[in-house]
Amino acid sequence: MTYQLETAQHPEKLRRVAIDPVSRVEGHGKVTILLDDQNKVHQVRLHIVEFRGFEKFIQGRPYWEVPVMVQRLCGICPVSHHLAASKALDVIVGAKRLTPTAEKLRRLMHYGQMLQSHALHFFHLCSPDLLFGFDSDITKRNIVGVAAAHPEIARRGVLLRKFGQEVIRVTAGKRVHGTGSVPGGVNKALTIAERDELLKDIYHIVSWSRDAVHLIQKVHTQDPGLYNSFGIFRSNFMSIVGHNGDLDFYHGTLRARDDNGKLIFDDVDYQQYDKYIEEEVRPWSYMKFPYFKSLGREQGWYKVGPLARVQNCDQISTPFAEHERKEFVDYAGGSPMHAPLAYHWTRMIEMLHAAEVIKDLLHDDDLLGDNLMVEGERRMEGVGVIEAPRGTLFHHYRVDDDDLITMANLIVSTTNNNQAMNEAVRHVARRYLHGREVTEGLLNHIEVAIRAFDPCLSCATHALGKMPLAVELVDPEGQVIHALSRA
Amino acid sequence: MTAPLVVFAVGNPSRGDDAIGPVICGRLAKWLENEKLGELVDLIEDFQLNIEHALDLQGRELALFIDAGETTPAPFIFEQISPSTATSHTTHALPPQGVLQVYRQMEGCEPPPAFVLCVRGEKFELGKPLTTAAESHAALAFELLMSLCRKPALADWRRGVNSTLSDSSSI
Repeated sequence: MTYQLETAQHPEKLRRVAIDPVSRVEGHGKVTILLDDQNKVHQVRLHIVEFRGFEKFIQGRPYWEVPVMVQRLCGICPVSHHLAASKALDVIVGAKRLTPTAEKLRRLMHYGQMLQSHALHFFHLCSPDLLFGFDSDITKRNIVGVAAAHPEIARRGVLLRKFGQEVIRVTAGKRVHGTGSVPGGVNKALTIAERDELLKDIYHIVSWSRDAVHLIQKVHTQDPGLYNSFGIFRSNFMSIVGHNGDLDFYHGTLRARDDNGKLIFDDVDYQQYDKYIEEEVRPWSYMKFPYFKSLGREQGWYKVGPLARVQNCDQISTPFAEHERKEFVDYAGGSPMHAPLAYHWTRMIEMLHAAEVIKDLLHDDDLLGDNLMVEGERRMEGVGVIEAPRGTLFHHYRVDDDDLITMANLIVSTTNNNQAMNEAVRHVARRYLHGREVTEGLLNHIEVAIRAFDPCLSCATHALGKMPLAVELVDPEGQVIHALSRA
Repeated sequence: MTAPLVVFAVGNPSRGDDAIGPVICGRLAKWLENEKLGELVDLIEDFQLNIEHALDLQGRELALFIDAGETTPAPFIFEQISPSTATSHTTHALPPQGVLQVYRQMEGCEPPPAFVLCVRGEKFELGKPLTTAAESHAALAFELLMSLCRKPALADWRRGVNSTLSDSSSI
């Protein structure tokens, strides 16, 4: 767990390859690769820009606005921010324990979010790479290509995502800019009609999710040489785990393991997260690099997200997903799997679990209750943590006596994975770019590694013409000698 | 009942001129209500387009996509679009042409005639309001939009392609 290839000794003498921004990843990101005259890789960095601005944006606002405002952080997973902020503000309004109806409605909303986000990621972001190969024709390597070659897979992806968004709509009030979760509970219960409408489709959703797990399991196990080694690096990993060590996306305590699976800490109340996690600033990146304090910055970095969660929990509470978890653990051979492409397999196990949980919740009459809010002793500070689709998400706020936010600290999933993504990119660059000519197909290998983590970069600015992909080769004198661009 | 015209307004209200789509959408909703034209138009606002929006094209006679554009000639462009696979490298946010293509491949038939109203934006910074220029462009685009919604017919809309405010009255 060292930082090889993070900083070259004489960068001024090297050629620079920039991928800016990363294609099929939301927002603005940039990969720079410094090569010498023989195309040997000397430095690789994944740059992520602009995220810290949102914390300043929140300061000075009334706290009750925050669960709605923070949804504008991300166009793909706004519900995760909506709920993480709500959980932090539950602490501030003294809502120690939500009503059963409120907690189950929030869970339903969140598991709907996990389902639709994982479906989007797998079927629309990564399946083009997985089904066509990393070097395939770029014009086919997108969802439209998948739809043409595999119409049923593409259709299921659309309908899974649509179902998840319907769950969000009925629980949050709207598909985007929802207001369903508020500090202390929720402001809307489910109606019988809304529940019954979702129940009509849920059995298909569970079945399709099972098929998706089997599809990625087949793709992965048919080419173990690639899938078990592409971009691989070893690291610690972290997530929250629920009651009895269950996989839980909504609530639990913090657990971390080392690269061999040995516990580093467990059963940690996330209100105390800053006693365990430090955020490091590096001069070349706008995004911080978190690490476990007990291990230090060089040994303490970690990964989060599906691959961490599925291997960090003791079991999954739903039967089909638990069966698939055991299959995965058996395949890994009794020790943690660290291959980035295994994120896809575990992501589909999680999607299946989300579908099963939604099915169970829809049969729970508590969803129709009318006891929605609690409150208690007002506090000045609160932390909310949730397992977002891409990994552990921290929201930490302080408020003053006028109910205004005075401090906000967000550690988003992508920040938690910052070092891990950099390591994956360096491994791929070393393996596939070293000493070779830079081609579009080879550069796509870099992007394949990044997409496995599904980073959420500066988020949700998408205006037409705003997201070109540019590749530049710059010689040691700083002259652009070759450029590629696709918009 | 499905309205014959679906209007997609796309953008993030908290990112400067990316809010052009949502701002126009808000104005359009009020105007449609005042004009009692609400049954003719379904408004869909989102941060970004994605493939599930292909499902919102089902049963429509016309579709309109409103978005901000960074390199769009000021104040806006209005043009008819066709399904296409080659207009973007990104699937996190499909371009309108990609949404039409997904519809074609999912449904096995052609999507409804579709148009883009792309309004020039200048700055897309977090927490910033619309720029003065974007306000002006959006106001001009809204003039055209009112004409389009009064006459939601393909032939009329085609006559309005490449319109500016000065000739939008011909629609």
